[in-house]
Amino acid sequence: MNTLVLRVATRILLPLILVSSIFMLLRGHNQPGGGFVGGLIASIGFSLHVFVSGAEALRRMLRTDPRWIAAVGLGVAIISGLVGPYASGTPFLTSAWTSVGGVKVGTPLVFDVGVYLVVVGAMLTFILGIKEQG
Amino acid sequence: MEKASARVPLYSRLVVALPAGLFVWFASMVPSVAGGEAQFASIGWLPQLGVDLAFHVDGLGLLFALLITGVGTFILLYASEYMRGHPQVGRFTAFLVAFMLSMLGVVLSDNLIVLFVFWELTTLTSFLLIGYSHGDSAARRAALQSLIVTGAGALAMLAGFVLLGNAAGSYSLREMLAGDSDLAGHPAYVAMLVLVLAGAFTKSAQFPFHFWLPNAMAAPTPVSAYLHSATMVKAGVFLLARLNPVLGGTDEWGMTLTGFGAFTAVYSAAVALTRTDLKQILAYTTLMALGVCVMFIGLPQSRGADEVPLGAVAAVAFVFVHALYKAPLFMVAGTIDHSAGTRDIRSLGGLRKAMPWSLLAAALAALSMSGVPPFAGFVGKEILYSSAIGSTYGVAATAAIVTANAMIVSAALLVVAVPFLGQSPATRPTPHEGRWPMWIGSLVLGVAALGAGLFPRLAFEWLLLPAAGAVAGRQPHFEASLWHGFNLPFALSVVTLSAGALAYWQRNRLTGALGSALARLPVTGDSAYDWLMNGIARVSVVHTRIVQCGIQRRYLLIVFATLGASVLTTLVVKGVIAWPARIPDVSFVEWLLAILIAASALVTIRSHSRLMAIVALGVVGTGIALIFLLHGASDVAMTQLMVETLVVVIVAMVLLKLPGFRREVRQTGLGRWRDAIVSCVVGLTTTLVLLAVTAEPSHRRLTEYFQKTAVPEGFGANVVNVILVDFRGLDTLGEISVLALAAVSAYTLINWRPRRSARAAARSKAFPEAEGAAKPETLS
Repeated sequence: MNTLVLRVATRILLPLILVSSIFMLLRGHNQPGGGFVGGLIASIGFSLHVFVSGAEALRRMLRTDPRWIAAVGLGVAIISGLVGPYASGTPFLTSAWTSVGGVKVGTPLVFDVGVYLVVVGAMLTFILGIKEQG
Repeated sequence: MEKASARVPLYSRLVVALPAGLFVWFASMVPSVAGGEAQFASIGWLPQLGVDLAFHVDGLGLLFALLITGVGTFILLYASEYMRGHPQVGRFTAFLVAFMLSMLGVVLSDNLIVLFVFWELTTLTSFLLIGYSHGDSAARRAALQSLIVTGAGALAMLAGFVLLGNAAGSYSLREMLAGDSDLAGHPAYVAMLVLVLAGAFTKSAQFPFHFWLPNAMAAPTPVSAYLHSATMVKAGVFLLARLNPVLGGTDEWGMTLTGFGAFTAVYSAAVALTRTDLKQILAYTTLMALGVCVMFIGLPQSRGADEVPLGAVAAVAFVFVHALYKAPLFMVAGTIDHSAGTRDIRSLGGLRKAMPWSLLAAALAALSMSGVPPFAGFVGKEILYSSAIGSTYGVAATAAIVTANAMIVSAALLVVAVPFLGQSPATRPTPHEGRWPMWIGSLVLGVAALGAGLFPRLAFEWLLLPAAGAVAGRQPHFEASLWHGFNLPFALSVVTLSAGALAYWQRNRLTGALGSALARLPVTGDSAYDWLMNGIARVSVVHTRIVQCGIQRRYLLIVFATLGASVLTTLVVKGVIAWPARIPDVSFVEWLLAILIAASALVTIRSHSRLMAIVALGVVGTGIALIFLLHGASDVAMTQLMVETLVVVIVAMVLLKLPGFRREVRQTGLGRWRDAIVSCVVGLTTTLVLLAVTAEPSHRRLTEYFQKTAVPEGFGANVVNVILVDFRGLDTLGEISVLALAAVSAYTLINWRPRRSARAAARSKAFPEAEGAAKPETLS
């Protein structure tokens, strides 16, 4: 798999794929997209990197175990659900919205970021687990 | 055992203040409760289901709360000294306190469901306490046994509670007691009775569930003294007493309780005499006491209904008396174990000089246990006797209780006279008295037993009669006194004491006869339990061999065959197989996609290379994604596409590590036909389901709701995403939790290797088959 073409292409493609995954995540609330798809796209980008440069390179790039990414994502999702109850006494996971400089910002976006992180973390756990298995 | 030099951690002494404080708090409620005012507090929990955290303190609850906190104070003090130098004192103390609080919850709950929750908490904490010495296999077995027996009973009890709550229209005990719903005439009365009794009898170790309690003596002595004398095992008695006004008064209730209680009392009193371990003797006398309590709660009185409910008074008085003497005796047994190094009465004797305080405490407790005047035990026994005489089963009940009590007198002499009096065996190390926390509690409780006997009116008016009133459902008018004159109960007391002393004198002959009679029993509770547990293990071995064969292809075959067969059967039985009225228009592009999907599926099954098969499968998925896209479900299509891509990537990664197709792995002949049939059935079924679903007019109510509210309430134009992250956020949270869990589990499985440490090697030498079974199954 370690061909020159793929290696050079990946160097350009990986950042593009990651940017588009974040784009998908952010636009998800109004147009097709969202945390789930975004996370899957990012995972595909990372798996390309694994194919070209190996599992060790991806671990160096992430600087942390992907299981941590999944755990943090789950934590972010839960905390986003606690904002509503804390701020206005509504039930768990009720969305809370506020406006920052004219742009509406709400907990569903934070929740979606959590979903994104869990998907990325889980997929990379699978991929790295299989790749590193001797 | 005892490390005299080790320091007692400060917290294990300070924690004593908790039960002591609670005791004072409960004691301050005595006057108002005795005056007929029950305290009540309630916090909403699940009001929709009629479940509230409701607590009430009436006479019965208060008596138990005072016993739990009062005895608990001394037990914690005792435990702080008993566990001196133990490495896990903190854990032990935490378990004990947790147990105490759950027990308080049981006796003060007003709601049946809340009562059940606390009941199970006592089961769990007692499991931890009994199995506290987890290095000891006997302790582990005893803990598991008590958990299984009492846990199984509690599940039955929960079912009984649900029936009871439905029949009475409320889970609140207060409302049940106040209401006049005729539960005895309810069609499900017998079912309720059997289920609730299963819970109470397992918890209070009534025959035939008695066997777990003596085994639970594997726990450290403070645990035995607390759980198995004053508190946990009394929970069953408490429940029966609590529900007596609701469920009681019928022939079924009276006969069952009296029969099981009387048999347990006589049988276990006899077994107690054949034991030589102090704690075992005490455990069996505890069983006897529980039997007596159960018996007298149910014992029907033959005199008119307006008479004094003597059975209730007798049962409550006996609970009180028993807690005051049994806890001290257990504590003294532990002290003897500590200082003399053994609990076997055959190698104990002459401790009177070395342990004067323990002797005094034990003597007070034993006198109360034997029912010698002027102790509380005497007063309690007199009431037991007059209640038995006045019952419907007069002679039989009286004979049973007198026999059991006579043997208990003998047992009391065994546990006190033998270790303290007589000659000390020369071989033992010099025994010594325990430090003050080891005997102060027993002494105080012993003195309390004497005080309650000397001033019975005080104890009865403030504590016991309000409790008996709650048991009987009406306030009893009862004059308690120490001396009733020379009447039949007194004569029976004299008979009991003399018979007990005689049995003690002739104990060698008696225990020999009893022991050989018991040894001839064909089956014991313990052996039945083992038989059941081994049976479950054997069945699961056979079951695992059949179902968990370890061959992935066979799993898939079973799953798909079951799916196809069950769905197809449902479709046929329900008669919903429908052919669409008109064939919908299919565009050219859709035809193209359908042909592509079908062709790729054919390539997948005909392919001789794994990589080819998986790529073709990916084309199938992509085709389906394109169909989604054609119908405007862009989110679903996108996700499907990404998932297909990742599946191909991951499977390709796995395939790179596998060897190529082997000839012998491929199915041939009959097997291939079977697989084909199963696949076709599943495909056909799915098609039929889709046709049946689309034949129905689709419900647009939810779609319309979400389309209408997504922008104004969710601030998002993408309805799918708004549903995922806002409207149904909890579902998504559940899904991503599962995803994270699956990732962690898969990672663990992928990286799992059979450990080859020195210990594992030694184990595989000892259990060769176990090692073989643990090997990972080879994937085909």
